Amino acid sequence: MNTTTKTTRSESVLIRNQEDLQRVRALVRQWAQPPLSFSTVEQTKLVTAASELARNTLIYGLGGTFLIEDVTDALARRGLRLSFRDEGPGIPDIAKAMQDGYTTGGGMGLGLSGAKRLVSEFSIDSAPGKGTLVCITQWTRRL
Amino acid sequence: MERIPVLKLDQFLLVTIQVELHDQLALTLQDDLTTMVSRHSSRGVLIDISALDIVDSFIGRTLAHIAALSRILDAATVLVGMRPAVAITMVELGLTLPGVSTALNVERGMTLLREAVGNEHDDEDDAE
Repeated sequence: MNTTTKTTRSESVLIRNQEDLQRVRALVRQWAQPPLSFSTVEQTKLVTAASELARNTLIYGLGGTFLIEDVTDALARRGLRLSFRDEGPGIPDIAKAMQDGYTTGGGMGLGLSGAKRLVSEFSIDSAPGKGTLVCITQWTRRL
Repeated sequence: MERIPVLKLDQFLLVTIQVELHDQLALTLQDDLTTMVSRHSSRGVLIDISALDIVDSFIGRTLAHIAALSRILDAATVLVGMRPAVAITMVELGLTLPGVSTALNVERGMTLLREAVGNEHDDEDDAE
């Protein structure tokens, strides 16, 4: 875990409906532009992961908050950290929820497991009745 | 209601997605295409996604549904113009698009559709 990251700026979006999902995608797209040195593939992966997680927050978390942060680690590497927090029912079995193809909502069951594969770092914290917090970080490549 | 235009060209339907495909818009497109395939007895559907900068699991599932519904209504579906970064991301995400044919561009996609329809005609000729 990077406990020594520094946030230089941040912005949040409330996730309450479909339009908010578009807002989240647009914001990630915008923040992933230069001067941050993400490749097109890394940008695409991050926006796609954000789309999956924001939809989870809306559908399973019954809405919540999205936070985007421009972060720098101890080695002066820059990246974007995205957090998705909801006060929904929570996930009783996280290991199960992380399996490819497991879904309780009629989707494809690729949201959590797929998003994890698309980014540098992934963490999830959830408990029944306590809501869910998913954080992902995409680091830029060292120059 | 906001919707993506669908063009009818002979026995085919053509769609170019030029706007961000949010969930409701994707579902509307699925309904529109299914209705039009049935109404015009279309034999093929070509969907150009070259303007899409992401295909997430919802859009991917909708595209797979469109192909499945079209197939049930006797029409082939070809997806064209997928960006390389989108393809890489889809594979990593685990999206496989079962039953969807792909082509690099509209021209090759149309060739694929014509071949699909042409081959069937040949089969019918052989049977006679």
